[in-house]
Amino acid sequence: MKDWLARMGSKLISALDGMGSISIFTAKSFYLSLVKVPSARVVIPLMYEIGVRSVPVILGTGSFIGMVLAVQMFTQMHKLGVDAWVGPVINVAMVKEIGPVLAAVILAGRVGGAMAAELGTMRVTEQIDALRSMGTDPIQYLVVPRLYACFLLIPILTIISDFIGAVCGYLVSTKAFGVSSFYYIQETKEYLEYWDIAVGIIKSFFFGAFIAIICCYKGFNARGGAEGVGRATTSAFVATFVTILVSNFFLAVLLRFINYHILKV
Amino acid sequence: MISIKNIYKSFNELQVLSGVSLEIGRGETVVVIGESGCGKTVLLKHIIGLLKPDQGEVFFDGENIARMNEKELNQVRRRFGMLFQGAALFDSMNVYENVAFALRQHTKFDEEKIGEIVKAKLALVGMVGVEDKMPMELSGGMKKRVGLARAIALEPEVILYDEPTTGLDPVRGDTINELILKMHHTLKVTTVAVTHDMKSAYKIANRIAMLHGGKIIAEGTPEEIKNTKDEIVTRFIEGRAEVMPMGL
Ligand SMILES: Nc1ncnc2c1ncn2[C@@H]1O[C@H](COP(=O)(O)OP(=O)(O)OP(=O)(O)O)[C@@H](O)[C@H]1O
Ligand SMILES: [Mg+2]
Repeated sequence: MKDWLARMGSKLISALDGMGSISIFTAKSFYLSLVKVPSARVVIPLMYEIGVRSVPVILGTGSFIGMVLAVQMFTQMHKLGVDAWVGPVINVAMVKEIGPVLAAVILAGRVGGAMAAELGTMRVTEQIDALRSMGTDPIQYLVVPRLYACFLLIPILTIISDFIGAVCGYLVSTKAFGVSSFYYIQETKEYLEYWDIAVGIIKSFFFGAFIAIICCYKGFNARGGAEGVGRATTSAFVATFVTILVSNFFLAVLLRFINYHILKV
Repeated sequence: MISIKNIYKSFNELQVLSGVSLEIGRGETVVVIGESGCGKTVLLKHIIGLLKPDQGEVFFDGENIARMNEKELNQVRRRFGMLFQGAALFDSMNVYENVAFALRQHTKFDEEKIGEIVKAKLALVGMVGVEDKMPMELSGGMKKRVGLARAIALEPEVILYDEPTTGLDPVRGDTINELILKMHHTLKVTTVAVTHDMKSAYKIANRIAMLHGGKIIAEGTPEEIKNTKDEIVTRFIEGRAEVMPMGL
């Protein structure tokens, strides 16, 4: 019993300790990204890696999500006899929820995993210590540029994903199921609000920051050789994934509150 | 110049250093020997503030490294150069960029000047014409030499070497020893090296200290260490395993 309590106690302490250290890490990263903009030399290649190289996978996932939404939604709407409603349903779902969340999850795997593995390798091969030994702050040099790149590019990738999803949803609905293109667009215009689009994009800024911070943090704290890097990468992905889903819920609640009680539209 | 006073360091339950004290004078070469895993790297990292002691102080030129924050440390660290155990070259950069790194971060030199310095430092360690190679393409010994060139780019007053000869064949190892001596003589630097290679220790050291069980258990000139009567030290320098009572 005592043993058990002691074990739980030490688990709790290490969990709190972990939260404390990721909070400090986050605070420091944001502080440093505000006081000094990283040099283009460092950020541009990262932006290329994170942004440009992610476009194909984002196009792929976005288009298939748009298409599958069309297939499922048409079936339902057709039963109700309101075929043209697939327009707003697909588009609202795409820009508000599925687009941002799925893009973030895919990018957490592609970009976040790569960042955790890269920084983890740098940790276990003492490259991070080498940076510090040369008087360079590794958070400033490694984390800040990644935070910039993710924060700026993940929303853009989300917009691309939303757009291609909307286009593919439209094509499947109108060309395969014969929904009237006029009513599809008409209904979409009627029911899709700018706010819906804004919600998706606002959320994607948060997701971008979460991906950068969590994955860099996990990489920074990798322990042991190649195996430790593998562990850090997996746990970075899982932690980011969970954070995206949980924060998505709270962001949805918060943004809804803002919309109805503060903006009052 | 560097004075380590009674430092303690543990990781979770593992007590690595328990009361290490060591004085290193200006211009001196001190070698710390000790078996694998005894905490040599940990000790070395305390000197440059990469690790903080749980207890105890580390003074560098009268300033307490153990009590500095990261910002102050970054100033002091420019006066140090460190060669890491696995060289720790940045593997996303080529040799040139690696050696130029500290120059770009901390000086306002133009590209031409940086190029000159990089060339000179690489020449000093005998690595000419490898500027465009990536670390992945280099052998272990070459990496260490590039690592050394990077460590001396800002003309440090102190160079720390973490097992400079480990993992190299005897000839390559000896070239590194020669290099350490050359750095010592041409740049007049203070040197701290940790190693378990006794040949290297004898060759480069003014003074040798043995780290064992978290403490410095013996200290002296290479001659004194060679002739010591201490059982643990002689066993280590002669490379004899402890005789097991069961005849194992
Ligand atoms: N950051 C760390 N976290 C946890 N344990 C650590 C850390 N750094 C070192 N240790 C532990 O401290 C002990 C001493 O490590 P250190 O690397 O100093 O040994 P060493 O004498 O340099 O050995 P080697 O000759 O193999 O390099 C080891 O048991 C190691 O596992
Ligand atoms: Mg070591």
